[in-house]
Amino acid sequence: MTAASPDRAASAPVATAHQVPLVDAEPASQGTTWAHRHLLDLDRVTWPEIELVMRTTQAMKEVLGRPIARVPALRGSGVTILFYEASTRTRVSFEVAAKNLSADVVNIAAASSSVSKGESLIDTIRTVEALGARMIVIRHPTSGAADLAAEHFSGSILNGGDGWHAHPSQALLDLFTLRERVPGGDLHGRKIVILGDVLHSRVARSNIWSLTAAGADLWLCAPATLMRGFERWAAASAGVPGHGRFQVTSDIGAALRDADVIMALRLQRERMAAGLLPSLREYAARYGLTLERLALARPDALVMHPGPMNEGIEIAPEVADHPRSVITDQVTNGVAVRMALLYLLAGTGVAGAGGAAAGPTGAAEALGG
Amino acid sequence: MSGRQIMTADEIRRATIRISHEIVEKQAGTTGLALIGIQRRGVPLAHRIAAAIFENEAVRLPVGALDITFYRDDLSLIAQQPVVKGTDLPFDLNGATIVLVDDVLFTGRTIRAAMDALVDFGRPQAIRLAVLVDRGHRELPIRADHVGKNVPTSREELVRVHLEETDGEDGVVIDRLERAATAAGAPG
Repeated sequence: MTAASPDRAASAPVATAHQVPLVDAEPASQGTTWAHRHLLDLDRVTWPEIELVMRTTQAMKEVLGRPIARVPALRGSGVTILFYEASTRTRVSFEVAAKNLSADVVNIAAASSSVSKGESLIDTIRTVEALGARMIVIRHPTSGAADLAAEHFSGSILNGGDGWHAHPSQALLDLFTLRERVPGGDLHGRKIVILGDVLHSRVARSNIWSLTAAGADLWLCAPATLMRGFERWAAASAGVPGHGRFQVTSDIGAALRDADVIMALRLQRERMAAGLLPSLREYAARYGLTLERLALARPDALVMHPGPMNEGIEIAPEVADHPRSVITDQVTNGVAVRMALLYLLAGTGVAGAGGAAAGPTGAAEALGG
Repeated sequence: MSGRQIMTADEIRRATIRISHEIVEKQAGTTGLALIGIQRRGVPLAHRIAAAIFENEAVRLPVGALDITFYRDDLSLIAQQPVVKGTDLPFDLNGATIVLVDDVLFTGRTIRAAMDALVDFGRPQAIRLAVLVDRGHRELPIRADHVGKNVPTSREELVRVHLEETDGEDGVVIDRLERAATAAGAPG
């Protein structure tokens, strides 16, 4: 509105009094707070906590749409991004997220640091801590590296992917994207297929926790050699409280039939021991997501991929660019999800914050009116 | 509602109408005016003031909602992050006269945070402040332009504004802090 245009002001879309669309209706989970100092995986994160992340992500998306997409929430907080593995989107996404929250960001690529001189992970964590980091985002090729780092760090560890084990921020951005794009935003009973190299995929493992917690009808589909061990997990999955069951199959036709969502996984050639596949060409022919195979799914099915893609192997180029592909949405939402995670974790690593005495009530009052 | 009542529903209604008149009088009209409520209870109050102005002036002012959580100066002091409720400013702030609306004015830190947030959205011609209750104990050089009721309080007391839109009924009560802290549904 400009000062001299009362007409425009008068015609601006304005809600009438007593109709308050901007205020939450306070669902039951509104009282949920974030209690985890670290985010290592989603297995111990409850569904109300996941919904808190989703709501906070929504607020961060609004921040990203502002003329100045930066808020001072983490001003003065040191965030160190420590990556022992190649990455573009996750590293840049965390860096942009931390900067949007006004954190002091330090980037360490293992190849150009003392790690190349033989420094151990634990020593590197201690060094980074001594240099003032309050949060560390870590990516490491060894499963469990983030857990080990958490044992030796007084601040918060955010797992940016460890080996085959977990990639929680990716699973959360996948969930956020799905809730945005699936009609009604509810995944209950929706058939979601994770297709491809499940065995080497931390993305698949973290997604199993969050998608079954969301109530989805989850299917994993891969050649038997790339799904070893998952049958046992699937058989045990019915008994895990807070998480639903999922199914495994090597029959791609059965998996894709009437699917609501297909998430293709990158074939991780760098992790693959020889002998798991006869040849790349055979894999692409039997398990690649092509237009013909996409036609088995529901007409409005969504296509996802955590990236980076091997186009022509696990996904055909025309499927990746298909109107039903939400792959670029995943990247955009990645920044908002990571802003939400950094924000929520920042509230739990505060030394001497007074514990329960400074709970939500005390916090609200501390700021006052 | 527990505690001692200091404003009834009728008093809230009259104060809101008086504030709406004061806002128009101070601006000598409605040109360039926009209302922004601070989450949570400032938002329904801003809508009520806009409705009162519409009744008297037949002009619908733009109304926005501002969440100041990310601009708080105590985020590093508290144990758990406050829940974010969302910002929606569907108009251009540049050159506008913004009236910030909140339920209670206390330390002034919320208003400081709100002004920091607003200047990230644009350059308003002026920022004014309307509150339902001013309870004193300012920690920053901030004062309200329009006040529903001045209430002398002690720091050990808690002023709670209930609005129909958020709490099911209208009323303002004053409570001892210890008792309020244990009561369910503590204020935001």
